[in-house]
Amino acid sequence: MAGVNSRAASVVFENVTKIYGRDVVAVNDVSLRIEPGKLVTLLGPSGCGKTTTLRMIAGLEMASKGRILIGDKDVTTLPATDRDVSMVFQSYALFPHMTVLENVSYGLKFSGYSKSETRDRAMAGLSLVGLDGYGGRLPSELSGGQQQRVAVARALVLEPEVLLFDEPLSNLDAKLRRHVREEIREIQQNLGLTVVYVTHDQEEALAVSDEIVVMKNAAIAQIGPPRALYDAPADTFVADFIGEANLIACEIVSVTGDVAEVAVTGVRHSLPARGLKPGPATLALRPSRIRIVEAGGLAATVEKVTYVGPRMEYTFAGDFGQVFAVSDNVDTPYRAGDGVMIGLAASGPVLVPDA
Amino acid sequence: MRQTTTEKTTHPALIFWIVAGWVGFVLLPWYGVEDFWFMEWLTDGWPLDTDYAPALFLLLQGEKPWLWPVLPALAAPLLVMRRPKTDPLYAQILLAAGGFGFAWLIAQGLGIGIRGWNAGWLEALFGPLGDRQYGMGYGALIVASAFLFLFTQGIAARGAINGDVFVTGAIGGVIAVVTIFVFFPIAKMLLAAFVTEEGGHSVVVFLSKFFDDRIWGLGCLSGARCGVAWNSLFLAVLVGVLSTALGLVFALVLTRSGFRFKRSLRAITVLPIITPPFVIGLAIILLFGLSGTVTTWVADLVGMRPTRWVYGLPGVLIAQLLAFTPIAFLVLIGVVEGVSPSMEEAAQTLRASRWQTFRTVSLPLMRPGLANAFLLGFIESMADFGNPLVLGGNFDVLSTEIFFAIVGAQYDQGRAAILAIVLLAFTLAAFYLQRFWLGRKSYTTVTGKGDAGVHPEMPRGLAIPVYAVAAIWGAFTIVIYGMILYGSVVQLWGVDNTLTFKHYITAFAVRIEDGGIRWTGSAWDSFWTTMMIATVAAPLTAAIGLITAYLLTRQDFAGKRSFEFGTMLSFAIPGTVIGVSYILAFNIPPIEITGTGLILVISFIFRNMPVGVRAGIASMSQLDRSLDESSLTLGANSWQTFRRVILPLLRPAILAALVYSFVRAMTAISAVIFLVSARYDMATSYIIGRVENNDYGLAIAYSTALIFVMLAAVGLLQLMVGRTRIGRRMSHEQGGG
Repeated sequence: MAGVNSRAASVVFENVTKIYGRDVVAVNDVSLRIEPGKLVTLLGPSGCGKTTTLRMIAGLEMASKGRILIGDKDVTTLPATDRDVSMVFQSYALFPHMTVLENVSYGLKFSGYSKSETRDRAMAGLSLVGLDGYGGRLPSELSGGQQQRVAVARALVLEPEVLLFDEPLSNLDAKLRRHVREEIREIQQNLGLTVVYVTHDQEEALAVSDEIVVMKNAAIAQIGPPRALYDAPADTFVADFIGEANLIACEIVSVTGDVAEVAVTGVRHSLPARGLKPGPATLALRPSRIRIVEAGGLAATVEKVTYVGPRMEYTFAGDFGQVFAVSDNVDTPYRAGDGVMIGLAASGPVLVPDA
Repeated sequence: MRQTTTEKTTHPALIFWIVAGWVGFVLLPWYGVEDFWFMEWLTDGWPLDTDYAPALFLLLQGEKPWLWPVLPALAAPLLVMRRPKTDPLYAQILLAAGGFGFAWLIAQGLGIGIRGWNAGWLEALFGPLGDRQYGMGYGALIVASAFLFLFTQGIAARGAINGDVFVTGAIGGVIAVVTIFVFFPIAKMLLAAFVTEEGGHSVVVFLSKFFDDRIWGLGCLSGARCGVAWNSLFLAVLVGVLSTALGLVFALVLTRSGFRFKRSLRAITVLPIITPPFVIGLAIILLFGLSGTVTTWVADLVGMRPTRWVYGLPGVLIAQLLAFTPIAFLVLIGVVEGVSPSMEEAAQTLRASRWQTFRTVSLPLMRPGLANAFLLGFIESMADFGNPLVLGGNFDVLSTEIFFAIVGAQYDQGRAAILAIVLLAFTLAAFYLQRFWLGRKSYTTVTGKGDAGVHPEMPRGLAIPVYAVAAIWGAFTIVIYGMILYGSVVQLWGVDNTLTFKHYITAFAVRIEDGGIRWTGSAWDSFWTTMMIATVAAPLTAAIGLITAYLLTRQDFAGKRSFEFGTMLSFAIPGTVIGVSYILAFNIPPIEITGTGLILVISFIFRNMPVGVRAGIASMSQLDRSLDESSLTLGANSWQTFRRVILPLLRPAILAALVYSFVRAMTAISAVIFLVSARYDMATSYIIGRVENNDYGLAIAYSTALIFVMLAAVGLLQLMVGRTRIGRRMSHEQGGG
């Protein structure tokens, strides 16, 4: 019985630029290294170049400048057909005139396997995604989630060096999304695959990735593991894009060692300096990290109160501007108009340079 | 495994074309051989007889020394067979050998004619040749193709289009055939318009012929006759406008009314497509001619002498409207259905009344369809040959004038060329005007996405006149077809109305004797020729059309827009012009195919190709591009993707292209009338001949038979191509996201 194995390889971009037409820069001078066996997410708002980057790995777009390596091989000029990469499309792109089994066998036919081996491998692929016995159906006879799994199986059975996902969950409903994303992660870890995954949903990215590449305006804004990106965003864009942040203007008064003395509307606070110099800076505050304190915080009034079931959502306003906060305390909520003090905890607020 | 594919040094496509090149050079007769496929030449002196000799044997006998340079060009590609594709030499050698070989073949073809050198300066340069050229044969054809595709493989190896051999080859192939069979003849025709009686070229001659009063005269304003150009233009505009309006009427009845017999309405409006165009002209003569039913009836009623009023503009107009309204309908039904119901529903929720919705939303969104329908009606009317010939009377139009300039007593190729140029100028101008008017909108109306809404019904003020017009026109169509059927079984129309099958018997009699069937009817010859040519032309037309559509929708390459324009150009070229230009271009070497069946097949391919292209583009743009891309990332190359993913999903388009080209090949007359020969007579030209001899009974009987044959053929094709198994839901979901 043939199984599905991994031949995971690394992906390297060396100063890759993609220009459409004469002067539309879709990807600008991107360099990055994806380790074998890791799941890396390309995350960013629409039009940031993440899908173009993915398609350049696949060979569906050709880099205008720079080199792309898969494993140790330079694939910059190789078309998709000749690259050892498979892709799961946003629309799944199942061939509607072929059965599920024919779809899954499709790529195997061009890989020089015998008829029986093709069949065995396709069946193994289907059972890996839990679709034994569905081989004879047409894609139109499957639900959205099942179609998605066929698309995954079809890509997996080729044992590609790199497996690509282009927004694979965007056509699924919310409940199914969590389930499928866990399945993808599980298969990836069990088989040790190199996966590059495109999404614009930061929660999805945080949940599945070993590493996240945040992209903005055709360039990389930050690369790092989920935790690092969330806790130590490189700039205000990353801070706001990942997990939403309140951005408050502040002044770094002095830096001693790697501790900075920060002043926000007269209130002083000490934080990790993160290499910043004295001068104006921005403080990023996560809504869930905002605590109300008795004294020594920023004076504010409660502007809006919203009850959303599991928690309360508040908008506080003060001299520093507005902040958005959530609180698990639904039993004794504040009321609009109340005066409160917002505390700056030792960990939680993060200094980011002005973008 | 897949990684190995990039470094391999065996290239099946390369080896195939190298071998083909050598076969064409060493084995096949270099020059054209009559009845090649009977293979008599094999036993008739081949390979040494110079009539049948392959190029190599010609050279060895000291003949045609200008073919020597072909040899090194064929030999050079052998050097690269064991080299990897990435080797720069691979691309360079293929480019040089293929390019030089192809260019040399063209140069020798154009430079050397039936009387030696074609141009004075060549003779001055090289001295008299003392030899002549014949029409190129299969050997030359294969060698030229080999050079062309070696050249495109060289381009691919240089990295164009991701090094895709199939795509570069397809682009090169399409460009080559369109150039040879569309642009080359048109250029020849333009040149012919400048030829003086002594054989030189002169602009003065061109101008004097061009501004001839017979073409541009405005006499009709003062009671005399107008020039043919004005006649044609006036008629074509009328037909374009009226057929569009009528087509819209039927499309509205079908999509936006509670009309109950929609299926039969569809059938009635589609029937004329499988009718040879001039048959309707015949039926009109039977109704309104001098001894026509209606004419005599009205004359008896009013007590006047019957007149020949229908001959001239009225008759041609009615006949063309009957013939071309269904085409307008077919164009408009797609567009009218394609207007997204949710747009109309949105307008209604924004407080627009039904009439306002129709006027402000539905109608503007139908604009591309209206423009297309008008353009089709205009071009068809300009090019129509049968109806003006049958019904024109003293009302001369360009297409018939061209015909009489070529075949009549005057035999004036220059005049025919001039008239053809005028005709072409009109249709191209219409083509441009349409594009200008639409801007880039025409591509965006049909998105292929599912839409849950329902089209609103027509506003009442519109519905009543629409119903009335549709009912009258529908009834008229039924009467016309009744006349055709009835006319075919009447002894002699208007004189002796007894029923008889004698016309069918004259045309289609068979005798069984000596254990075989003898086709003794007078129509069988042209019938079998037509069937054979239509059967050969239809699949080729569909193939070229679909490959072109694939290149246009799925590939990006430099010069794609001019490529598209070039392939669509033959759509704006009336059949009459194709006919004339083919006679001018292909009567002499290097391509000497007039009088053969081949020229008929080729003319059909390039006449009908744009329809295949359009059908292909329409359905391919409904296939999500990610289908191809996923096939590519799964390791299939572009040819495998085309064959296994695109083609199976394109069955409806293939069917449409096959049916259309088959039917057109059986009903076309305008180009055919110039290209038929005694040996290859087509059904339509045979029928026209009968009409000219006033043998209406036989003509109508033959036409009726053709209609039934086409019905059967369309049904058969539908069975053969089969249906695609696609769940409806799936094809909707692909559009999403």
